[in-house]
Amino acid sequence: MRLRLSGEVIKDDLVKRVEDLSGQNIAMCYQCGRCSAGCPVADEMDILPNEAIRLLQLGQIEEVLDSKTIWICASCLQCSSRCPRGVEFSSICDALRAIVLRRRITTPSVDAGDVSRVMRTDAPQMGVVGALRKLNG
Amino acid sequence: MKIPYYPGCTLHERALDFDKASRECANVLGVELEELPVWTCCGAVFPLTTDSVMEILAAVRNLAYASRMGDKVVTLCSFCYNVLKRTNKVMREDGERREKVNLFLRADTETRDKIESFLKEDYVGQVDVLHYIEMLRDVVGFDKMAKHVKTRLEGLRVAPYYGCMLLRPHGEMKFDEHPEQPTIFEDFLTALGCDVVDFPMKTECCGGFQIVRDEETAIACSQTVVASAVKRDADLIITTCPLCLYNLDRKQKEMEKRVSGFRKIPVIYFTQLLGIALGIDDEHLDFSDNYVDPRPALAEKNLV
Repeated sequence: MRLRLSGEVIKDDLVKRVEDLSGQNIAMCYQCGRCSAGCPVADEMDILPNEAIRLLQLGQIEEVLDSKTIWICASCLQCSSRCPRGVEFSSICDALRAIVLRRRITTPSVDAGDVSRVMRTDAPQMGVVGALRKLNG
Repeated sequence: MKIPYYPGCTLHERALDFDKASRECANVLGVELEELPVWTCCGAVFPLTTDSVMEILAAVRNLAYASRMGDKVVTLCSFCYNVLKRTNKVMREDGERREKVNLFLRADTETRDKIESFLKEDYVGQVDVLHYIEMLRDVVGFDKMAKHVKTRLEGLRVAPYYGCMLLRPHGEMKFDEHPEQPTIFEDFLTALGCDVVDFPMKTECCGGFQIVRDEETAIACSQTVVASAVKRDADLIITTCPLCLYNLDRKQKEMEKRVSGFRKIPVIYFTQLLGIALGIDDEHLDFSDNYVDPRPALAEKNLV
């Protein structure tokens, strides 16, 4: 992948919005990778948590917004419990999902079929509500 | 002693067995769990975006109902505990959101009718949110609980599974001193006479609500947890969370299909184990929803 970087690209307004929404300082991350190492669902992600943060640091937010990663996060917060720099990747994921949900009606990862699939399970109420909460920004 | 109790949706429906055993154990220990007369779903997941207002409104209403009854509210479900406790912190510390939420509460006439007598003052985080296990430790006391034990669970190897929601984020939940090596359930089990099984996956995620959207991913998580406890030779796993129980117990049916030589292990709620030790009757100990029946493992140690 080839990135063309400039000061303007890196100072992306939408990344600032992610920082505001998540309450996180993305520049704090120094890429140690403990978030990705501890993440129980990292195997399923197309972009690892530390990679996603690096992309945000470089202003490449659209790539992260289009990723599967932000929908796979189960909000277990293991990443933030192990981050030596106090960055909560789960909160960043919530902010990124909010941006997607607030500006588009559907995404490749979210469709109405999801809702009916969720409703058909015999899972406890908390699981159904929790999963559907991912779809409201 | 009466303590306000918030059961939450799951304990009212799919996890009645958890609710039943917990209330009965509390009775034996001299605590009456007084269910809030009015409550709704807490929202299940605490919103991580800092501008969320609508998402915490339901949780605040429940806290406001509780504040009318006392200075504490006890809950059992890990999700409810996490949401109520984190929401309470927002109401105590985030002035902007506190003001917005209270504006909604004041404008909500239906709510005002129900909770009229205290809506004259805003909800600002007056109640303390306690988990049932914290109530056992801090209100009842593990030593006093141990005095009520009729059958010590000698020789029973129990793996305490904490999961995520009780512990994280550690700075806010303050559920135990150490974020990754908590000991509250170990202390609880020791008081009951069990052999405590320490296993490395006790604070890992079970897959959570992803089970309803992405079953494969969630089962991979829960299987890691189950296998870790089995490898340490546990007789059973205890949990506080109906969703963890669903992923760890019910999904063993799927794990059996996927893994050759898979060894099953029963998973029960911690208050069901407490109930066995306290000698509560079978009417309050319902294992009919468990995929892996815990009774053979208990019978082996002459506990049922």
